[in-house]
Amino acid sequence: MHIAVCVKQVPDTTEVKINPETGTLIRTGVPSIINPYDHFALQTAIELKRIHGCRVTVISMGPPQAKSVVQMGLALGADDGVLLSDMAFAGSDTWATSYALARAVKKLGKADIVLAGMQAIDGDTAQTGPGVAQQLGIPQVTFCEKIDIDGKKIIARKLIDGGYEVVEVKAPVLFTMIMPKDYVPRYPSFLETHASLKKPYYVWSASDIGAEAQYLGLKGSPTQVARIYPPPQRGKALMTNGSAQEAVEKILDIMRKEHFIAE
Amino acid sequence: MINVSPKCIGCNKCVPVCPFAAIQLIDKKAVINEACTLCGACVQICPVSAIEITREEASARDLSGYKGVWVFVELMESPDDAKRPRIKPVTFELLSVGRRLADELGEELSAVLLTDKNYGFEKELGAYGADKMYLAENPELYEYNTDIFATAIIALVNKHKPAAMLYGATIMGRDLAPRVASCLYTGLTADCTALAIKDGLLLQSRPAFGGNIMADILSPNSRPQMATVRPNVMKLAEPIYGKVAMTVREDIKIDKNLRRVKVLERHLTRDKGGVKIEDAKIIVSGGRGMKTKEKFKVLEELSRLLGGVVGASRAAVDLGLKDKSHQVGQSGATVSPKLYLSFGISGAVQHIVGMKSSDVIVAVNKDPNAPIFGVAKYGVVGDAHEIAPKLIEALKKK
Repeated sequence: MHIAVCVKQVPDTTEVKINPETGTLIRTGVPSIINPYDHFALQTAIELKRIHGCRVTVISMGPPQAKSVVQMGLALGADDGVLLSDMAFAGSDTWATSYALARAVKKLGKADIVLAGMQAIDGDTAQTGPGVAQQLGIPQVTFCEKIDIDGKKIIARKLIDGGYEVVEVKAPVLFTMIMPKDYVPRYPSFLETHASLKKPYYVWSASDIGAEAQYLGLKGSPTQVARIYPPPQRGKALMTNGSAQEAVEKILDIMRKEHFIAE
Repeated sequence: MINVSPKCIGCNKCVPVCPFAAIQLIDKKAVINEACTLCGACVQICPVSAIEITREEASARDLSGYKGVWVFVELMESPDDAKRPRIKPVTFELLSVGRRLADELGEELSAVLLTDKNYGFEKELGAYGADKMYLAENPELYEYNTDIFATAIIALVNKHKPAAMLYGATIMGRDLAPRVASCLYTGLTADCTALAIKDGLLLQSRPAFGGNIMADILSPNSRPQMATVRPNVMKLAEPIYGKVAMTVREDIKIDKNLRRVKVLERHLTRDKGGVKIEDAKIIVSGGRGMKTKEKFKVLEELSRLLGGVVGASRAAVDLGLKDKSHQVGQSGATVSPKLYLSFGISGAVQHIVGMKSSDVIVAVNKDPNAPIFGVAKYGVVGDAHEIAPKLIEALKKK
């Protein structure tokens, strides 16, 4: 089997802070990381390779510096890596991104399984995975925490609203991965990283994947960002200082006033 | 394309506002690198209008025939009647906001229901504002399947051409909507926190960057303009009982071979009788300041007295004070109770994005500068360990 894993380089949004005076992002010192859900997807692919001997290809789309997440995939055990990098991709929304990724998967030949994280922590849309599946014309199983290959069948455990399902599907298929509770992210060692530098790594442009310019970047994106602004702040809270007893009286007052307890 | 004109004065205002670190100041001029996503944050801040984004217009599609607002109706198993499903509350929230949008456009609001049987939901859907109920009844629609549901929706959209379509940002909605959007080559905006009509277009506001910034999104050149909204985000309108949605029956052909994903087992973990934190009306929540599991228990008692559910910050969960199923925030649940009473939570951004739409937030914290007071309606500076037990005492006296 051939597994293609889509990974994204993202800023570590948990490290981002807001300057309270200007309402702008304080980005200094915020590291770029592999999207944590993609990291789990990658480890899932490597695990399937260990058990079943699959070929694993890592694909990312981004600026040249996104090479580092592809390199990490290679170091963790992927066989080859592809970075889609071209100014023509800039400004792509989830539609245009999934178009480009699907073109790249097609160029790889016959991928049996496509894996991706359920969403990226910078956009939180969860739209790119299903978009790729649709563009490839293959079924999707989203929000999975476990995948097993059983002969020609693939069995996945996926979240649904209020519980989970175990589903069966045949290749080719796309899965998006959540992060299970007991999952421990693994990072490559120095030796693994060093050895991975010899593995096949390609940078593909829009023309390399045969993508039509009208479907790429800002022009190809159905959604447009009209405005970016700091989150609205509520007014400052009505503050109470004083003894614990006074505080309790105040809380009771509030709850009466807001009708949470009887007068 | 993005261009910096010679008007640039090298003031450095754009460099820190770029969410993607794509601008550097080189020789006192802003230079934009490949990390740019053309989001426009720099264009807005530039005091001399030196940065310009030019958009080649996509080939114009004829959008004149697209009218009306649609809401996808999501069903769930009913705890008390195995034979008759229930409509998920998020559907009514979507109808509430959809009604306002449809009125502003002067167009119809329709509910779209895919089901194996007609359960007669036209009264409930009508009460929350639907003018019409498109009813696609087919035995193959007995359970959710991505391919089958997407194919049915796409067929209905192509036939009736709605201008906008809303879905709940549930696991089902987030699986279905992108599949439909991808096929229709139309815009989809996830997890909107506000929806409005601006110059005839659907203006979609959503948090980005882990809730650190807000973005307004438009889909001007494609239809339907699609959006998902998380449960508990939109205010529920007062139902108008007696108003009935007009049923429009749709004959949908479904090829059985479309069921490429087969469900082998389904486990619903929703504990019967217990209230899920997402549905709670009152939440008493604790953070790192509660210190120990033993001390955290006082909040459980307080919550019981108030008829609420216990919540916890990520810090409290990481310290093992409370189970992860109680976690509120970006990596936990998004909640919107009537009352959110917090003890010993400082209010990191990750926590605040998950609870800020609560009606009334009362925060107790020792530190008068804790960020939680920035979103709270009432702030109490004090020791949770003293205040919570006294509050329990006072409530018991009543």
